[in-house]
Parts: sequence; structure tokens; C-alpha cells
Amino acid sequence: MLSRRVFLAAGGATAGLASLGMPRMAFARASTPRRFVFIIQRGAADGLAIVAPTGDPGFAGIRGAFADDLQGGAMLGSFFTLHPALAEIAKLYAGKQALFVHAVASPYRDRSHFDGQNVLETGGSAAYRVKDGWMNRLLGLLPQDEARALALSSTVPMALRGSREVSSYAPSALPGASEDLLARVAKLYEADQQLHALWSAAMETRMTAGDLAAGGGQNGAATGALAAKLLAGENGARIAMIETGGWDTHSGQRGRLAAQLRGLDQMVSALKAGLGADWASTLVIVATEFGRTVAPNGTGGTDHGTASAAMLLGGAVAGGKVIADWPGLGQGALYDGRDLKPTTNLDSMIAAALAQHYGLDPARVLAALFPDSRGTALAQPLIA
Amino acid sequence: MNAAAIALNRFGLGARASDPLPADPKAWLFGQFDRFEPRPQALAAVPARSEVVQQLGAYIAEARMGRQQRRQMQTAGATDKPEQQGNGLPDSTRRYLRRSIRDDYLVMTGARVDAALTAAAPFVERLVHFWANHFAISADKLPVIGLAGLLEFEAIRPHVLGKFADMLTAVEQHPAMLIYLDQAQSVGPDSPLAQRIAARAGRQRGINENLAREILELHTLGVRTGYSQADVTEFARALTGWTVSGLGRGPAARMPGGGAPGQFAFAGLIHQPGERQLMGRRYGQQGEAQARAILLDLAVHPATARHISTKLARHFAGDDPPPAMVERLTQAYLKSSGDLPAVYRAIVESPETWAPQPAKFKTPWEWSVSALRALDQRELEATLAGALMNQLGQPTWKPGSPAGWDDIAASWAAPEALVRRVEVAQRLGERAGSTIDARALADKVLPGGVSETTRAAIARAESPAEGLALLLVSPEFVRR
Repeated sequence: MLSRRVFLAAGGATAGLASLGMPRMAFARASTPRRFVFIIQRGAADGLAIVAPTGDPGFAGIRGAFADDLQGGAMLGSFFTLHPALAEIAKLYAGKQALFVHAVASPYRDRSHFDGQNVLETGGSAAYRVKDGWMNRLLGLLPQDEARALALSSTVPMALRGSREVSSYAPSALPGASEDLLARVAKLYEADQQLHALWSAAMETRMTAGDLAAGGGQNGAATGALAAKLLAGENGARIAMIETGGWDTHSGQRGRLAAQLRGLDQMVSALKAGLGADWASTLVIVATEFGRTVAPNGTGGTDHGTASAAMLLGGAVAGGKVIADWPGLGQGALYDGRDLKPTTNLDSMIAAALAQHYGLDPARVLAALFPDSRGTALAQPLIA
Repeated sequence: MNAAAIALNRFGLGARASDPLPADPKAWLFGQFDRFEPRPQALAAVPARSEVVQQLGAYIAEARMGRQQRRQMQTAGATDKPEQQGNGLPDSTRRYLRRSIRDDYLVMTGARVDAALTAAAPFVERLVHFWANHFAISADKLPVIGLAGLLEFEAIRPHVLGKFADMLTAVEQHPAMLIYLDQAQSVGPDSPLAQRIAARAGRQRGINENLAREILELHTLGVRTGYSQADVTEFARALTGWTVSGLGRGPAARMPGGGAPGQFAFAGLIHQPGERQLMGRRYGQQGEAQARAILLDLAVHPATARHISTKLARHFAGDDPPPAMVERLTQAYLKSSGDLPAVYRAIVESPETWAPQPAKFKTPWEWSVSALRALDQRELEATLAGALMNQLGQPTWKPGSPAGWDDIAASWAAPEALVRRVEVAQRLGERAGSTIDARALADKVLPGGVSETTRAAIARAESPAEGLALLLVSPEFVRR
């Protein structure tokens, strides 16, 4: 408790100096510039429409009009086609900075978004079994100067919740509270364990963020740019989570999904641009709680399914390939007779990517992040 | 907290300086069952459903015409871009959005705040908010912007002191829910209309299982309570035909016999014929009665009783609801066949809800309403009400998913969220200016519960406005 108090006092003093034009407190010098961003697609993104198995003989027949949407998309090898709305990500693939993993799923096998997201974020094998998030546990495996994590939202999502402190930041349209009030609130919360921890984290982020509120953050590009600002430079966060919604396309999927993907594409593009040289040592993982039905439903959409596709993006990635133990789309090959069958564990993929990214033992990462996992980390090189 | 403070702040929406302290807190809560107003004055300016749906119908027709024209132009080889502006939305969509946000959504969010500020029965008013979140729809889905508030005003308020089965039926037949969860366009594959389309155009029309799944998972039984994918599909088949009249789209538009715009309609032409089986029961009813019978069974199912009791206990006794209390509420629910006042009585009679330590971290909505009540505000400009909830991270009727907002501290007690509250508190304090003495107000709104730290912080504030701001963000005030 004593050390926390001292720390807060130091932070407060620095904030005061900064406002007088004095140099800001520098965080401890970073040992490596590695960065990791997790973009969650809430609502079950349709992997078959995003990384489409156009080479599967059953694809065109079962997908009907949806198959037309792939025209003009980048070919990923001879079997898969990337949705044409992902133009910037296609360039990353060409430059070997994008890798896709298909027929991938978390251990969750039912079709509730909320339970599925809980499994995806906690890293458990069933909903609500694990009480903290795998990203928070990841912080425990990293050296202190790399374990600075941030949620780009005003609240902390499940994946980042846990015993280690995490900041959150979202642009505010309100005029800032006065420095005097902020200092008084700090004092008011000193004896309240929960509020004190939250307030300290907020004040730290505030010092790093500066005047970012003007950026907006309404669309993908702005969010990507904001994330880049918060991740850039020596004092920035090293790990961030960005939440995206709108993937639950039960109806009118073709137009809606294209718009979603354009937003995602711009977000990644802005993140890359904003990170500059740091992009070279950045890993971005894009994943969703589960996939969608192989066949379109009666309302031009798809319903909740099982396996989907995940993306690894960034200068750190050994890209230019699609990893899939392809199960096929024939009726007999489908999971429950309706969904893409999962053949790769998302847990194994995430653990392998992070272990390779941070130079950690894959088995140890898997055990820490996904304690119930019965698989092993993927052996393929995912990081360059 | 003492019992009076708990009644006012944990059960109610927050004490107002001008309100007398309840002498008998339990009696004060029970008495509200007689004082509650389903349609209070604060909701008088809310537009009628028929107007909202007529606007929506006109917009859909316009959008469809626009699409047809564009298609014709494309077939004719024209290279002109269709009418579009920078953000990619056609003009007709932006006009519709602008109008429905201004005339419907904002008016309704403002009315909701006003109703909360002037509530004759704040405990029951809180329960209205609870149920609106239980049956959440999200107005960020474009066609329900104007309808979101009506679900709460028309389907929840009138039934908040009735049977759960009646509220459930009213909600599932409300246009907002039928449109939000895609039910209005769900077509039975063997229905007369689907057969006709298949014969004529060779196209397949089919069911959409979204509403059926969320009724089972979110509205009634709760997730992982034993129903299967087959049950979801069977329920979706039974629900085909449940739609909205006067929408000008979908098969229902062509149905004869529809009522006034926005009324629930049963369209036999798209109903999947035949008997349904759900969780071991057979439903041989014809037409609308089939899904209605399923709903009535779901409403009194033990899993539903437990699901709802758990959520209610979490709302009043804490993020980890005490098992004994959940069991007590479940029994009260089952014994009364889902009579809600019987369950509410069991809540009030549960000793767990009267624990003196704060049970809950207030959501942004709860905090804002209690702050405005503390300052004795009776109304708030609609645009301000909307902006306030956006900035605090809980835009009204926009939880983003049918699961609604979380009801646990971990979702709301976050660093940045706390800074927003401080910013808002500063603004509220400045608005009230020096008309209110925060030192006196503290004891009125937090009777018997002001800590020495908070008292000292308020006393040392540099201005009355800052004193008020500190009261509103004090540890006692951000919790209930």
C-alpha cells in the first residue's frame, strides 16, 4: 500500500510540472519496441465471406449470391480469396505482413454471442469458468516495461480484466475537468481501494494521451489512428485492445459486411501509418467469438455458426500465407450439418503467435493464457 | 447506509433534497405499487407509434425506389454514381435519420430522464429501467431508432406491476422487437407465400431464428438451460407470421387485413404450417396462438423464474447474487406464476438487500439520474440528456446488443469512465452554481452515510460548484 501511495504522489507531482511546461516523467526505457494489438470482432464475423474458400468445389453452390461478392478480391494462393473490401490488408498480404488462419475456433461450441465472447476473452474452456482475461494474464509473462496495456474504450473489456492494472482511453467530448478538481478527487479516493486504483490508472493514461480528444474515434480510421497515437513512442502503451461490433449479420449481410470490412481495413491502415517505424515490430490479431452458418438464411444473412477465420497482421508477422487444415464444405463435412467444422484451436494460434512474438516458451504461454486448453501451440512460424 | 438511505438510493433512483425521509422504508417501497403512473405527464410529448411507423414505412419505400432506379441506371449502362455523400449514406437515409433522431429518439430519451426525475414511484421506475434492459433493443440498428423508446413506454410500463407473461407477450409483439430481431421478415419455407415465390421465381425464402434464440437465451430460460438448436429452430418456425402492419416492406406489406401502421399483425401467408415440438411439448395450435402458447409456457418455466430472479437479486443485492435470495425469489415467482409484485415483495423482504455496505457501483444512467435528482432538477433538455448519456458511455437504448447493458461493477468502474463522471459533475456543479450548499445537501441525499473524508473534501472545496462536484463523485455517491 505504501508503494502505491508514493507512486501516486510522484504521478501527481509530474502532472503539475507538465502543466508548467517542465519535461514529463519518462517511463522506464523499453527493452524492445514490440507491440501487440488485439482487435475483437463482436457478433460472430463470417469467416467464409472474409477469407473465402473459393477453391472449394462446394463453395459457389452453397453460398449462392454471396459467392459473387468475392469478385475482384485478392487471391490468397490458389484456394482462398480475400474479400475485396480489405484492399489495404490485401497489400499487407502481398508484402508478407498478413497471415490468415481458417477453420479456427475457440473451445466454445454453442451459439450464444455472450458466452462465446466470454470464452474468447477469458481464455477458459467454458463461459464464466475463468474470471480474468487472457490479455491481463499475458501481462504477467512480460517484463514490466512491456506490460503496459490499454483498452480503447471507456470501460475495460473482459480480455483485459484481471489483477494487473490496465488503462482505458476513449476520446471525450466534454471539456476537461480542472486540474484542481482532479487533484481533489485523487485525495477523495485515496482511502477507497477500488476508486483509488481506477483513478491512478486514469491519471497515468491522461499524461500519455495529451490532447487526443479532438481526433473523434467515430470510425475505423480514427480509432486506428488514436490507437497508434497511444501506442507510439517510448512512453506509449505496448498492448492494446480495440473492440469492433456490427458483425452479427442475420440479414442483409452482403452490404453490411462490406461496410464493416472497409472500416476494419481503414482501421488497420491508420494503425500502420500512425505507428510508423514501430509497425515493423507490431503484431495485430483479429478474431471473433465464432463463425456463421455456411448456407445463407432466408433473409439474406447467416445465422450463428462455429468455425471462422482469424488474422495476424503487422510488420512482425511471417505473412503471405493461409494456415488451414481445410475440413471442406460438403454436407458430411459440416459441424452439426450447418457450420464450418473447426480444425484449428484459436487458443493454439494465439499462444503460438504471442510466444513467438515475445520469444517465450509456447507451452508456458498456452498454459498461462488458456489454462484449460488440451491442444498445443501451433508449430508453424507465425512471426518473422 | 441506514434503512432510509437504502430505500431512497438502492431501491429508488436517488434521494432528492426536497423529499422527506421515509419513516417506514419498507412501507414507503410497498406504497409505490399504488402510486406508480404507467403514463406520467413527462411522457406526454412522446410521438405516437403510428406516426413513427409511417415515417419508417415512407423511408423504406423511398429507399427501395432509389435502389430500383440505380439498378435501372446500371442496366442501361449509365456510369453516374448514385446519390451519395461523403459518409456513404444516400440522402434519403440521412434525411430519415436526422428526422427520426430529432423528433423521435431524442424526444423519447429526454422524456425518459424527465419521468425518472419526477417519478411518483422511483422504486417501480427503477424496475421499468431494469426490464427495458432485460428486453434490450439497440437503437443503433437504423430502423428501430424511433421505436426504441416506445418498447419501454408501451410494452414495459403498463405491465411492470403485472404478470411476467403479459409483459413478455407485449414485448415480443411490439414492432420494435419484431424489427430489431429480424422477426418481421422471417418466412416459413412451406408457407403459402414461400411456395408461391418458389414456384414463380425459383427463389427460396426462409426463417430467421434471431428472435426465437434471444427469447430463449435472454428473455426467458437463460443460456445453457437445456434447450437445443432444434428447439430454437422449432420456435422460429412457430413465430413465422408474427410481423408488423404498415411497414411497406416484406411479405407482410402485401397481406390483407393488416391493422393501423405499427400494430402487431399475424400474417398467415408466411406462417410455417404444422405442429411444433419444443422441449418435449407439442404445440398443435393454429396461427398466432401457437407461438403465444409457447411464450406462456416459457413465462412460467422454472428456468425462467431462476434466470429472472438471479438478475433481480444481482440488481439489488450485489454483483454476486446471494444464492439464498435467488432461491427465495425463484420460489415467489413460481408460486405466483410470475406475478411480478409478488417477486418485488420478496426482494424487499430479503435481508440481503438491506446490508449497510453499498451493494452496487452505479451505472452511468443510475449515477446521472441520482445526481440530477440530488440537485432537484425536474427536467432536462432532450439534447442535453442525450449528450450526457453518450458522454458517460451508456447511450440510452443503445447497448449494442440484445443482451443489454451489464449489471456489474467491472463493466462500469473503469478509469476513463470515472474521469467522465468527474467532468460531468463539474458541469452540473457549475450549472447549480452557488444556489445549493453541498455541505447541507450531503446529509440530505446520503442520510447517515457521509464519510469524514467526503465531508472534509466538500468543506475545503474552492467554490460551491466544486463542492457539489466532489459530493457527486464521492465514493458514497457513485455507489448505492
